[in-house]
Amino acid sequence: MAFVIGGLFAAGIYMMLRRSLVKLLIGLALLTQSVNLLIFDAAQLVRARIPIVPEGEHALLPPYADPLPQAFILTAIVISFGVTSFAVALAYRALRTVGTDDLDRIGETELS
Amino acid sequence: MPALMLAASILAGFVAAGAAPAFVRRFGPRAAAWTALVPAALALYYLSLACSEPAVARVLPWAPSLGLHLSFTADGLGLLFALIVSGVGAVVAVYSSGYFGGDPRLGRFYGWLLVFMAAMLGVVLSDNLLLLYVFWEITSVSSYILIGFDHEEANARAAALEALVVTVAGGLCLLGGVVLLGTAGGSFEISTLLARREGIQAHPLFLPALVLVLVGAFTKSAQFPFHFWLPSAMVAPAPVSAYLHSAAMVKAGIYLLLRLGPLLGGNAVWTWGVGGAGLVTLLLGAFMALGQTDLKRLLAYSTVSALGMMTLLIGLGTPASLGAAVVFVTAHALYKGALFLAAGSVDHGAGTRDVRVLGGLFAPMPRTALGTGAAALSMAGVLPFLGGIGKEMAYEAGLGYGLGVAAAAVAGGLGFFFVAAVAGYGPFRGRAPAAAHEVPRRMWAGVWTLAGCGLLLGLRPGAAAGLLGAAAAAAGAPGMQLKLWHGFGPALGLSLATLAAGAGLYALRARVRESAARLTWRRGPEAAYEALLGGTLAAAAGLTRGLQSGRLRNYLVIIVLTLVGLAATPLLLFQGVHWPETPYDLRFGEMGIAAVILMAAGLAVRSRSLLGAIAAMGAVGYAVATIYLRYGAPDLAMTQFLIESLTVLLFVLAFYRLPNFATLSSRRARVRDGAVALLAGGLVTVLVLVATGLQLHHPISDYFVRTAVGEAHGRNIVNVILVDFRGLDTLGEATVLGIAAIGVLALIKLKRKEP
Repeated sequence: MAFVIGGLFAAGIYMMLRRSLVKLLIGLALLTQSVNLLIFDAAQLVRARIPIVPEGEHALLPPYADPLPQAFILTAIVISFGVTSFAVALAYRALRTVGTDDLDRIGETELS
Repeated sequence: MPALMLAASILAGFVAAGAAPAFVRRFGPRAAAWTALVPAALALYYLSLACSEPAVARVLPWAPSLGLHLSFTADGLGLLFALIVSGVGAVVAVYSSGYFGGDPRLGRFYGWLLVFMAAMLGVVLSDNLLLLYVFWEITSVSSYILIGFDHEEANARAAALEALVVTVAGGLCLLGGVVLLGTAGGSFEISTLLARREGIQAHPLFLPALVLVLVGAFTKSAQFPFHFWLPSAMVAPAPVSAYLHSAAMVKAGIYLLLRLGPLLGGNAVWTWGVGGAGLVTLLLGAFMALGQTDLKRLLAYSTVSALGMMTLLIGLGTPASLGAAVVFVTAHALYKGALFLAAGSVDHGAGTRDVRVLGGLFAPMPRTALGTGAAALSMAGVLPFLGGIGKEMAYEAGLGYGLGVAAAAVAGGLGFFFVAAVAGYGPFRGRAPAAAHEVPRRMWAGVWTLAGCGLLLGLRPGAAAGLLGAAAAAAGAPGMQLKLWHGFGPALGLSLATLAAGAGLYALRARVRESAARLTWRRGPEAAYEALLGGTLAAAAGLTRGLQSGRLRNYLVIIVLTLVGLAATPLLLFQGVHWPETPYDLRFGEMGIAAVILMAAGLAVRSRSLLGAIAAMGAVGYAVATIYLRYGAPDLAMTQFLIESLTVLLFVLAFYRLPNFATLSSRRARVRDGAVALLAGGLVTVLVLVATGLQLHHPISDYFVRTAVGEAHGRNIVNVILVDFRGLDTLGEATVLGIAAIGVLALIKLKRKEP
């Protein structure tokens, strides 16, 4: 699992270092996945009972999967979707306006 | 309740400072002189205290956990300085109302002058070292503002900054020394520390504490090699120079040395450090004064020299030298304050401060001339002025210590005589009726007051003997004798020799000035200061240019490399990497998922097709979702599937019309970025491996599991956490999404209005 997290992290960083705006956004998405997995992994992976109390009982019997990181990741997934969609819209607007996704040229005022 | 009254007297100064600008604005510049009533009243109060017993009382525990109390004490030493500060303050306040005329900034000037006075009183009356430091820094700041009073002048600003940088840097050293002293002695109260002298001097922290305190005192009192800020500060208005830079603020360092001498002194470091700095400063200041042509800079270098004399006397540490230091401090405050005020008057009346041009001012400015002459005689060390007594005591102390010290003292005395003659006699001699006018009464009266005090105390030393004796006793020299006539002895001989040699030197003044100016050190510590300041600024500018490139990529590279460096160094140095023995109980299918994720990520990176990259990103997301599913997180898996689909859809919709990726970066850039990315990925991998199995705290999840059904009435614990235990958080999250949606809508619908 550590290698998956690290690999995703590296891929995300590499993509964010590209000059293409779209690649940057893809990199951001990959980085998000990596970090979510990191949180998930931090709570010790157990192939175990899901954290839902069965009908008619009052408490979970261990072993159960840790619900707290799951709540965090759920929040993170949703928020990152918000961020990504906003960023995509922003990039879309930028592309329509200036006609390039090259970050080095996007700041230039004179574009063909 | 004397301590309470002491605190109130300092507070009164600050209150007056706050009220002064409004007062001056309301009643006009001429009425500004009435603000002098505050320092005058304080001076009377301190005078009345000088007869009573000292008292220490803890007025207010300010921050007791830090050992910081508002505690004040008024012994002879503190009262002597408090009297100088408030007395000279009153004179300067009256003088300034004439000096500035109708200057619109007068209110602000009085405000800061009184702030300084109150802070200075705080320095000399505090019994707590931390409290003393606070007041100490207030004096530095008010000095900064008062030197830069003509803030439209570039050199006034530069000089103010120089004084601030030097004195505040020293102030920081002082703070460090104070904290170390407090650690060594277990208290910040000076009175308590004095009782624990032996233990503190044996403490291993004693030496660093001593050095730091000395640096603080030396910067404030313009000792070599920190002396250069004082002559530069002469761009300040004359009353400021008279008050801050001769009578009061520069004496704060001297006060500190006198106050802490009984605690820190009596060892070789003290004697050689303090005495040596004083000796060098005394000779250097005296020599550099010879070449000056500006009246105020001349006086400033002679002040440096006089401060060196005081430091030397304190460093010697014999009862005779400490007594001489106390008397000399008093005499110097009176005559040098008067001479600086007189320099302002001469500038005011004749329009120049160049000693080569000044002359013949006696006829147009007789009153100023008389006051200046009296102050100059005291400075020259002529009996029966207080300056004469101080000088003879210094000679005696020097003779008692060793011939070399006595010779240095005589050289200093010679310099004082020369400066006194140039500043107090030169401008008024001759007949040439200079086109000048007498200054208003409130200005010459100030010179008269200070110079007159010097004469009266010289004629009737008994009047001050009690206070000065108590001050010397507090500095560690009990039983000081103060008398006008010391009898025929070697000191008197040296004194007479000084007068004769000084007169000779003055007769040759033009040649002396020229050769001294030629020999004067041009690239001294001031150049080092400038290089340091300029270098710091240039380095900061270069760093900013380098770091703030305006490109996300560069920021990211810097951040990643910093992170890797900071995290990897301790990991490699202290921790070592312990590979978990059986990290995961992996099954074949899970290995497959991991392989899919890594391959998809690689595809996303390598793909030249835009849609291919997006599809690979989606594949990563789906594979991650299956991981969630396998490890007991069905909610996450569901959400992830949904969101990933939406994200891919969004990307495709937004970008499907774009051409495929072009190769934008060079090969080198790609290799570099790849290395950076692999470093970051590798670090994360190692961190995860190291962190696995590390449990620092007991997880709090059990709480949620236990209470979910009973208190929140929900069975899906993840959902319960989100909407119940952390409900407000989720509300915030929903708000963020709403705002993002509005933003997206605005960006998509935005149309430029065609004209």
